[in-house]
Amino acid sequence: MRRLLLLALAPLLMGQAKPRLVPDVSQRDIEIAYSFTGAELLLFGAILYPGGRAPGQDEKPADIVVVVKGPTQSVQVREKEKVAGIWVNAERMRYRSAPSFYAIASSRPIDRIVDERTRAIYELGVESLQLSPASSAAPEVQTRFDKGLEDLRARAGLYYQAPGAVEITDGVLYRARLKIPARVPIGKFTAETFLIRDGRVLAAAVRPIEIRKSGFERFVAHSADHYSVLYGLIAVALSILFGWGAGAVWKRF
Amino acid sequence: MDLYLPIANLSVNALVIVALGFGVGLLSGMFGVGGGFLTTPLLIFYGIPPTVAAASAASQVTGASVSGVLAHFRRGGVDVHMGAVLVVGGVLGSIAGAGLFTLLQKSGQIDVVIGILYVLMLGSIGGLMLHESVQAIRVTRGARPPRPRKRRHHPLVAMLPLRWRFYSSGLYISPLAPLLLGFFTGILTVLLGVGGGFILVPAMLYLLGMGTQVVVGTSLFQILFVTAAATMVHATTTKAVDIVLAALLLLGSVIGAQMGARFALAVKPEYLRFILAVIVLLVAIRMLLGLAWQPDEIYSVELL
Repeated sequence: MRRLLLLALAPLLMGQAKPRLVPDVSQRDIEIAYSFTGAELLLFGAILYPGGRAPGQDEKPADIVVVVKGPTQSVQVREKEKVAGIWVNAERMRYRSAPSFYAIASSRPIDRIVDERTRAIYELGVESLQLSPASSAAPEVQTRFDKGLEDLRARAGLYYQAPGAVEITDGVLYRARLKIPARVPIGKFTAETFLIRDGRVLAAAVRPIEIRKSGFERFVAHSADHYSVLYGLIAVALSILFGWGAGAVWKRF
Repeated sequence: MDLYLPIANLSVNALVIVALGFGVGLLSGMFGVGGGFLTTPLLIFYGIPPTVAAASAASQVTGASVSGVLAHFRRGGVDVHMGAVLVVGGVLGSIAGAGLFTLLQKSGQIDVVIGILYVLMLGSIGGLMLHESVQAIRVTRGARPPRPRKRRHHPLVAMLPLRWRFYSSGLYISPLAPLLLGFFTGILTVLLGVGGGFILVPAMLYLLGMGTQVVVGTSLFQILFVTAAATMVHATTTKAVDIVLAALLLLGSVIGAQMGARFALAVKPEYLRFILAVIVLLVAIRMLLGLAWQPDEIYSVELL
């Protein structure tokens, strides 16, 4: 009888036994205005352990991994090759879902927290991104292009890893700072937080972040897209006005 | 002073862009060229996407040519009749250029084509100009002047049917010749963001045989309209005209152009042409090295 009761209560008990994450982000909306040179996101939150009891000193501490991802894009990567003395684009590879931005912060280097398989499942780490190539190619060619794309984005500050950037206070509060560069595309971003212990993901939570142009920048981008003829005419008028104005002003001196 | 460019989607130092515009404007005022051939590569070098650079440089050339055209108009240095034919060719050329642009972009060879075109054009024009200016400098130093060339249009131009009279240019030739010339420079304007003055002026002199007094004014006239058309073409097709970037460039370049025009009065024209030839050749060599050397980026990404 007691065993039966325990079995019936098992899901509840286990649900309770799992810690929960309460994450938050310093900015839910990032507005790009004329002075935008990038942003710094503060990702913070609390780990709620069952019974409100943090693991003691003798227990193995849990790790926190925070991932900020930009909207995925279909991209085409081209590789330059030397043909007849000059460098031209030769081979190419298409990817269906390359994230436009990817930053990962963790409390310890990611390869010491989880194994490769788990990294691939949760896309933890730049090397573990699921880029879903659309062109079929030999695995070594594939890897070469993957590396090329990752390297290019890494140098633009769009893909990066910050091992050790997550600080955990008293085993329950965590925080991490991540830089969003100015070259970031607009759209819906996500901030994912993972609680990991013994190589297993115990809890995960997602918060959306929206990056958009605001004010004048939004107006300009919108006009260029929707009223392109008028926009072009204004650009031409502006340049004629500038040229004529400078000549007229200069003559007075 | 960082400023975010809404179309290029990145933030730049506004002062650097204004200074760049100023430098190019100074040259354009001194030498009577639009300066697009310098702006586009410099902007790309600064990290602006090539399409945005070419599209926004075109509007800078428009601004730089306005005051020049007005000044030449007052002196009667514009053959409006010839200019109109050139502009028609140029507008058609810029539309064709837009088609070519998308085609090359799809095949992924736009950068290489732009690079090769720059090297060929700047190399040949710079070489010719250097040769001509060195000769002129030697003449002023007391060397025997070469026999003056008889002003005449090229035999190929004479073969074209349907002749018109262009009074201000003193020509009786087929309008097809300037139409084709305009068409060709129109293509270049869209592809490279250049006005094409350094192609037009020699072509008008040596191919069409136009009178020197109207050559510069008429070429500026054509450049003004064709760069304006190219801006429109870019605004409606590639949507890559960044009005903030253009305004920054214009601000620097119109001031630079006015100052350059004053400087030009103080220096002998053959020395000016010599300096311009050297600058043009340097840009050509830099572009050639860029094509031949292993680039920093073997990979490039484009959005689909």
